[in-house]
Amino acid sequence: MRGVFLFSAVFSILALATITVFLFVSGVPFIAKTGFAEFVFGSNWAPLADNPSYGIFPMIVASLYVTALSVIIGVGIGLFTSIALYKFCPKRLVSPIRQMINLLAGIPSVIFGLFGMTVIVPFVRDYISPTGVGYGILSASIVLGIMILPTIVSVSLDSLNSVPSSYYEGALALGATKEIATFKVMVPSAKSGILAGVVLAIGRAIGETMAVIMVIGGSPEMPESLFQSVRTLTSNIAMGALELSGDALSALISTGVVLFVFTLILNVSFSLLKKEKADKPKKKEKRGVSK
Amino acid sequence: MNEFIGNMDITAKNCNLFYGDFQALKNINIEIPEKQVTAFIGPSGCGKSTFLKIFNRMNDLVEGCRIEGDFRIGGIDIFDKETDVNLLRKNVGMVFQKPNPFPMSIYDNIAFAPRTFGITKKSELDEIVEKSLRRASIWDEVKDRLRKNALGMSGGQQQRLCIARSLAASPKVLLMDEPTSALDPISTGKIEELMEDLKKDITIVIVTHNMQQATRIADRTAFFLLGELIEYGNTDDIFTSPKDERTERYITGRFG
Amino acid sequence: MKKLYSILKYACIIALTVSLISLIAVVAYVLINGVSKLSFDLLFGDYSASPSIFPAFIGTLQLVGIASIIAVPIGIASAIFLVEYTGNKGRFVKIVQVATETLAGIPSIVYGLFGYLIFVVAFGWGYSMLGGGITLAIMILPTIVRSTQESLLSVQDGLREGSYALGASKVRTIFKIVLPSCASGIVTSIILAIGRVVSESAVLILTVGMVVNKVPETLMSPGTSLALDIYYFASHGYPNEASATAVVLLVFVVFLNLLASFIGKMIKKSTYGDAK
Repeated sequence: MRGVFLFSAVFSILALATITVFLFVSGVPFIAKTGFAEFVFGSNWAPLADNPSYGIFPMIVASLYVTALSVIIGVGIGLFTSIALYKFCPKRLVSPIRQMINLLAGIPSVIFGLFGMTVIVPFVRDYISPTGVGYGILSASIVLGIMILPTIVSVSLDSLNSVPSSYYEGALALGATKEIATFKVMVPSAKSGILAGVVLAIGRAIGETMAVIMVIGGSPEMPESLFQSVRTLTSNIAMGALELSGDALSALISTGVVLFVFTLILNVSFSLLKKEKADKPKKKEKRGVSK
Repeated sequence: MNEFIGNMDITAKNCNLFYGDFQALKNINIEIPEKQVTAFIGPSGCGKSTFLKIFNRMNDLVEGCRIEGDFRIGGIDIFDKETDVNLLRKNVGMVFQKPNPFPMSIYDNIAFAPRTFGITKKSELDEIVEKSLRRASIWDEVKDRLRKNALGMSGGQQQRLCIARSLAASPKVLLMDEPTSALDPISTGKIEELMEDLKKDITIVIVTHNMQQATRIADRTAFFLLGELIEYGNTDDIFTSPKDERTERYITGRFG
Repeated sequence: MKKLYSILKYACIIALTVSLISLIAVVAYVLINGVSKLSFDLLFGDYSASPSIFPAFIGTLQLVGIASIIAVPIGIASAIFLVEYTGNKGRFVKIVQVATETLAGIPSIVYGLFGYLIFVVAFGWGYSMLGGGITLAIMILPTIVRSTQESLLSVQDGLREGSYALGASKVRTIFKIVLPSCASGIVTSIILAIGRVVSESAVLILTVGMVVNKVPETLMSPGTSLALDIYYFASHGYPNEASATAVVLLVFVVFLNLLASFIGKMIKKSTYGDAK
C-alpha cells in the first residue's frame, strides 16, 4: 500500500518533469535555430509568410504592459478593498461580502472575456479611445484587473487578519487614531503576505489566455498605444493554435517556453516571499525559548 | 495471539531509551505483577509516560526514538520479530490523557477494534458493544443513543467510552496515561471505581500526576525522576516510609 | 497627517464599492443579457439546423469524469503519502511541494501546448476528449494534493494514536479513521477542482479541438466544452449564443460552489454530529 501512495506522490514530480522536458526539447532547438536574439528581440512575427520570420518581442512587450497595468488596477483597488473590509466596513457585512467575492473568484475566465468583448471594448471605443479602437492593452488590463480582484482581496485580507491585534491595540494606546493605526501599523505588518498576493496576481495575469484573447485584438504588432490591436504571449499561442504545422508549431512551442520561464521566475519569487514570511515568526519563537 | 494467554505480568530489563542523542530513560528494571494496579509517579518530563508507551510500542511511531533492553509481557518478548505489533496493541490497551473518541457513533467507536480483527456479525458485535460499555459502567448512560455521535458526550463520558473501546479488544493489560487529568472530580471518581473492578481480570498500569490518586487506587507505585526509576514497591511503603530521600522530597511536595 | 489618513479611509470605502460593482456587473450583465437568449434548440437541439450546446454539455461531463477519475485518487494518495508516511517533512516532501507549486503556477495555455505535444502529436491520438481530460487532470492535481494535505494535517494525532493503540494497522487507520475525519474538507476541494475543469477553456483549444457541432462518439473523438463554446460563439459571430451559454456555464459553476459548501457542511455534521 505504501508503494501505491509513494507512486502517486512521485506522479506530480514526473508530470512536471515531463512537461518541462517536452516543452524544452520541442522549443529550445527552434529558438537556437532562429537565433535567441532574433527570436526574443525580433519584432516581426510572420510564421506563415513565404519568407517566415519569428520575432516575439512585440508579444513580450504586450504581455508586460497588460500584466503591469492590470496588476496596478487590480492591486490598487483590491488592496484598498481588503483594508476597507478589514477595518472600515460594518462587521455584519464583512462575511457576506467575503463569501460573495470568493464565489466571484470562481467565475470562468472566458466569461470575463465575453464581458470584456461586449461591454468594456465598446465602452473604451466610444468614450475613452482617441483612435476609435476599443481592442487593445487598456481593455485587456481592465478585464484582467477585475478578474484578479477576488484573489488579491482574499489574500490581502488573510494577511491583514493574521497580524496580531495587539499591534493595533498598542498603536491605539499610544494615541493613534483608528486610521493611523491601520495604515501605519497594520498594513505595513502585513506587507510580505500582501506582496505574495501581488506576485500570485502577476502570475495569473501573465498566464491568462481566454479573457485576454477576446479583447486584445490579435495583431502581432509592436504596441505603441493602449488602443491598438496587439497580441500577448498567451494569445499568440492560442491564436496560432488553429494553424499549426512545422516551424509555425515549433515557434508556438518556443513562445510557450518563454512564457514558462516567466512563470518559473514568478514561482521562485513567490516561494521566496512565502519563506520569508514563514521564517519571521520562527525567529520570534526562538527568542522566546532561549530565555 | 494465543501467545498472550496465561499470566500477564510485565517485565523490563536494562531499559534505555533515546530521542536522537538525548537519553530519556536510563537503565530501568521493573517487574509489574499481573492483575494489580501499578502507578507511575514523578514530576513532568521524568519519562514515566515514555516508559509506559514502550509496552504497546507506541514509541515506534516517534521519529528518532531508539529503545534498548528486554521487555516481556507474560513472558513474550514484545520487540521480537515474530511479535505482531497490531496483535500486541490489541492485547495491551491504552487510554490517553485527553479523551480521543473517533468522530463516529458510540457504537462504531466500540466496534472499531473487533471489526479490525475480523468480527463482522452484527449479533456478535452487539454483544461486545454492550458488554464493553457495561464493564466501563457507562451502558446505562448511553444505551438509548448508541447511534449518536460520540463527540456529543461530556468529557468524563468520552473518557469512559475510550476505556470501553479498549475493553472491546479484550486486552490483558491496560495502560492509562494520566486518564483523569482532564476530568472533573466526579468523573475521576467513576473512573477510579472502574479500575478497582477491572483489575480482577486485567493488569493495569497508570501514569498519574496526582499522588492522592496513586494512594487511592494503586497496589504498587514506582517513582521516576529524570529518566531513572528511583524507587518501586508497595504503595503503602512508598508513601509511608520511602527509602530514598528524593522520593520523600517528592511525595511531601518539596519539589516537582 | 490625520486628514491624509481620513482621505485614505474614504479611498478604501470607494475601492470596496468599485470592486463590488464591477464584479456584480459581470454577473448581472451575463445573466440579464443571456437569459432571454436561451432557447430549447440551443440547449437540447442537434447542431444541424441551428447552434446547440448539447455536444458541449456532454463534452463537459466527459472532461469532468476523466479528469476526476485520474486526479482524485492520485491526488489523495500523494497527500496521504506526504502526511501519513513522511510526517510532512523531509527532503522528498520538499521536492513534491516544489513540484506541485510549480505545476500550479503554469499557465493553462502551456498545459494546452503540452497536451497537444504529447497526446495529439506524440501519441498520435489527434484531438480527443481523453487527451484533454488527462491534461486537465494534471492541471488540477496540485490543488487536490494541496488541499488534501491540509485536511489530513488538521486531523488530531490523538485519533491516529487511539486507532493504533487498538491494534489497527496503518492502512486501516488511514482509511477508517483519518480520511473519514476530514472527508468534508477533501470533498469540498474536489468539487472546487471540478469547478476549475468546467471553467477551463485555454487548455482545450489545443487538446480537444473545439469541434462544436458533434457529440463526441467515443472518448477518442474531438469535441468541445461549455466554456470553449462561449469562445467559439463569441469569436465566430454568434454573440447571442455566447451570452446564453455563459448563463448556463455560470449557473453550473455557482451550483458547484454552493454544492461544495453544502456537502462539506453535511459531511461535517454526519462525522462530528451536532456537538461542537
